[in-house]
Amino acid sequence: MNPLTLSHVLAAVLALSVSGAGIAGPREDQLVAYAAAAKAANPAFAGFSAARGKTLHTQSFGLGKPDTPACTSCHGNDPRGPGRTPAGKTVEAMALSVTPARYVDPAKVEKWFKRNCNEVLGRECSAQEKGDWLAFMVGQ
Amino acid sequence: MNLPHNFPLRPFALGLVTVAFSAILFGRAQAGGSHYFPPVADPLVKEECGSCHLAFAPSMLPASSWQRMMANLKDHFGDDASVEPAVAASITDYLVNNAGDTGGRRYGDKLLRGVSGANAPLRITELPKWVREHRKVPDWEWKHKEVRTRANCTACHVDAAKGYYDE
Repeated sequence: MNPLTLSHVLAAVLALSVSGAGIAGPREDQLVAYAAAAKAANPAFAGFSAARGKTLHTQSFGLGKPDTPACTSCHGNDPRGPGRTPAGKTVEAMALSVTPARYVDPAKVEKWFKRNCNEVLGRECSAQEKGDWLAFMVGQ
Repeated sequence: MNLPHNFPLRPFALGLVTVAFSAILFGRAQAGGSHYFPPVADPLVKEECGSCHLAFAPSMLPASSWQRMMANLKDHFGDDASVEPAVAASITDYLVNNAGDTGGRRYGDKLLRGVSGANAPLRITELPKWVREHRKVPDWEWKHKEVRTRANCTACHVDAAKGYYDE
């Protein structure tokens, strides 16, 4: 194992122990993967921020579809409350504390980031944005 | 009328009323039968087709419609609903096998009357029978904030998710 890889693993383990997650599951793995991608894209990356995630979630961008200027257009203003799609379907709360089954299927998380970032931002989200957003919801 | 002196008129009349009432109920139940479209039973289809809107019953459209729809999920009524190719193939199989002119014919028959599979209509809400059945719904109801779109069946048909579309 080269020193760089070792330091990455150590950083990940440290991050997990600090975040209080007992054992690493798919949710933590995905955050670690997003962190690696964010670091690769920007060497100055120094970890995810729930505050930035909150801004991303609540800010009105208006860059995608007219119906959905913000994440909250469908998810609602309260992350602990349910949302509603334009077709009237209820969306369970995004906050992990309210919907504990969320974020355990990395493919599903990626699928929705891809669709929803395009609908709100008119582009895909960066790894840092995804990690920030997840960090916000996991802490809610 | 020459009824016997001791004919039990009252119970007889009551019996007649009961039979007539039952007949009306039975007739209604039968009519309701044409408003039943078995809901999606496949968990994958339920998940993938039921996140943004009600997972519409496959018997509401002909097989050709489902094929056409599944071939262009990138632009699904203006939204990008694309899924992995293997997932799309599996969903298409289910929809095609249970469509209103294949496995789900006995449920979709009336709704699809006069609809040609060759046209492969994409919107259930534009089928002639659908339009006729909803002609009395006023414009303000469609615009109501709890409705907003004709695709929002459950707003009025409370048991739509279970397959029942009675009034």
